[in-house]
Amino acid sequence: MSALSGQSARDVRARLPITDARAMSVVAPVVFGAALLGLWQLAVVALDIDAYVVPAPSDIWSELAANHATILDGALSTGRNALLGMLAGALVGVLAAVLSSAVRVIDQMAVPVVAALSVVPIVALAPVLYTLYGAAVDTARILVAALSVTIPVYLNTLRGLRQVSAVHRDLMTAYAAGPLQVARSVTLPTATPYVFTGLRIASSLAVISALIAEYFGGPIGGLGKSITSAASSSNYPLAYAYVVGAIGLGLAFYVVTLLVELWFSRHRST
Amino acid sequence: MRAMTSAAIQVTGVHRVFTRKKDQVVALDDVDLTVGAGEFVSLIGPSGCGKSTLLRLVADLDAPTSGSIQVFGKPARQARLDQDYGIAFQQAGLLPWRTVSGNIELPLALHGYPKADRRSRAAELLELVGLSDFAQHHPDQLSGGMQQRVAIARALAERPRLLLMDEPFGALDEMTRERMQNELVRICAETGAAVLFVTHSIPEAVFLSDRVVVMSPRPGRIVDVVAVQAGGLGPSQDRTDAVRDAESFFHSVARVRELLHGAPAPGARGVEAR
Ligand SMILES: Nc1ncnc2c1ncn2[C@@H]1O[C@H](COP(=O)(O)OP(=O)(O)OP(=O)(O)O)[C@@H](O)[C@H]1O
Ligand SMILES: [Mg+2]
Repeated sequence: MSALSGQSARDVRARLPITDARAMSVVAPVVFGAALLGLWQLAVVALDIDAYVVPAPSDIWSELAANHATILDGALSTGRNALLGMLAGALVGVLAAVLSSAVRVIDQMAVPVVAALSVVPIVALAPVLYTLYGAAVDTARILVAALSVTIPVYLNTLRGLRQVSAVHRDLMTAYAAGPLQVARSVTLPTATPYVFTGLRIASSLAVISALIAEYFGGPIGGLGKSITSAASSSNYPLAYAYVVGAIGLGLAFYVVTLLVELWFSRHRST
Repeated sequence: MRAMTSAAIQVTGVHRVFTRKKDQVVALDDVDLTVGAGEFVSLIGPSGCGKSTLLRLVADLDAPTSGSIQVFGKPARQARLDQDYGIAFQQAGLLPWRTVSGNIELPLALHGYPKADRRSRAAELLELVGLSDFAQHHPDQLSGGMQQRVAIARALAERPRLLLMDEPFGALDEMTRERMQNELVRICAETGAAVLFVTHSIPEAVFLSDRVVVMSPRPGRIVDVVAVQAGGLGPSQDRTDAVRDAESFFHSVARVRELLHGAPAPGARGVEAR
C-alpha cells in the first residue's frame, strides 16, 4: 500500500488490493490445475475407468462444447434464482440487523431464532415450500436461497454496526449530531464492508441452495434439474458438464461479491 | 463577576468518581480551573491523573460527579449543543471512507453549511496545515503526522473560540512535533482561540502555554499552576523558535519538572522529561 501514498499527489484513484497480486500467484495454481487434469485424463484412459465412476476430462469437455448453449441457459436460470434470493435475503438480513442493533430486546429475542436457523439445512425446506407455492414456479427456490443468505448477512451486518470506534462516537457527540446523522455519517459506513463480507460468504450458499432446491422439484431448465436428468439417463459426461457449469456459476457469484467487498473496504486500513 | 462570564472555561469544585463494581477511582478531586478567552492553558501530569477526564468533562462527553463546568458562561452541555468548541483527540479519528477534504468538511456538513462554503473553508484550512496537495487523498494514504494535522484542521473548521486538544502531537517525532507546535502558535495567533491542551511533554507545555497546570494522580488533583507568560516568555501567541533557547523557558521547564517530581506520585512515569 505504501507505494501509492506519499509524493504522487496526482494519482489518488482508489485501487483494489487485487492489483498487488503477482503473476506467480496466478501461474502456480493454473499449472497445478492443468497437471491435475492431465493426471486424471491419464488415469481414466490407462486404467480404463467406466464413465459412471468418473468420466474423462476430454469427454466432459466435448459435452461442454456440444451443449454450451443449454448449459449457459441453465446457469442463467439457476443464477437468476440465486441472485433474486440473495438480494431479498440481504435486504431482510440488513434490515433485521439494523433493528437488532437499535432495539436491545429484539436483539435478545433474535439470538435463539438465529441460532436455530443457522443449524437448519435450509434446502431441507424445499419440498415443503414446493407444496406451499406450487412446483410450476421458481418461488420456492428463490425463498430457499434467500433464507440461506439472510443469516450470514444478518450476523455480519450486526457485527459491523457494533464496530463504530469510540473516537468516532465521541466526535459525533461533540458535534451534537442527531441519531440519523450519526447513522449516516458513521454507523452505516462502518458497517458497509461487513455487510459485503456477509454477502461474499452468502453468495456461494445462495448458488448451492438454489441449485440443490431444483433436485426436489419445480420447473425444468436449471442446472440442478439438468444434472439429475443427465445422470438418470446415464449420460455421465453431460452430468459432469453441467456440474462444471455450476462451478462456474458459483465462482462468478463469489468473485463478483469479493470484488464488491474489496471495493468497499479499500480505505479501511487506518 | 465580569471575569467569570468572559472566561472560556470555568471549572468549579469538580469531582469525578468512576465506579466499577466495588472499585472506586477518584479521577478528579476538587478541581478548580479557569481558562480566559484567548488564553492557552496546558494540562500536564503523570499517566492516569485525570487530564483526559477533565478535557472530556469540558467537552461534555462525560458528566462530573459533582461540581460545575461553565463554557463561555453557559453549562458545558449548552456549549456543546451551541458548538462553542473544536476538539482534537489523541487519535486523529478521521473517517477512513471520506477524503481529507471530506473529513474537514464533516462538521460543516453536519451543521448545514452550503456545499460551496464547505469546499472553500476546507481548502483554506488545508492551506493552513500545509496539506493542499492531499485534499482528495484518503486518510490511509497519509502519514500519522499528516492525519493529525487534518484532525486539527477539522477542529478549526467552524472557527471555534475554544480548542480542546488531548495529546494531539503524542504520536509525532520530535522534529514534526516542533514544527506542529510552531504551526499551532501561528493558528492561535490568527484565530485568537482559547486552548485547553493536554500533553506529556514539559517543553511542549511551556513553549505553547500562557499557564501550565500540573496535576498529580490518585486522586487527580491540581498541584500548582506555572505562569509561563508572567515568568517572562510573553503571550503564547507571540512565541517563536527563539523562545526554546530563552532563559525563562528553561526556568519554567525546571519549575514544572520540579512540581511533577515533587508530586506524591507512586511513579511519575509517562512524563517525558526531555
Ligand atoms: N470510563 C472510565 N471508567 C473507569 N475509569 C476511568 C474511565 N476513564 C478514566 N478512568 C480512570 O480515571 C483515571 C484518570 O484517567 P484519564 O484518562 O483522565 O488519565 P490521563 O491523565 O488522561 O492519563 P494519560 O496521560 O495516560 O492519558 C484513571 O485512573 C482511569 O483508570
Ligand atoms: Mg489521557
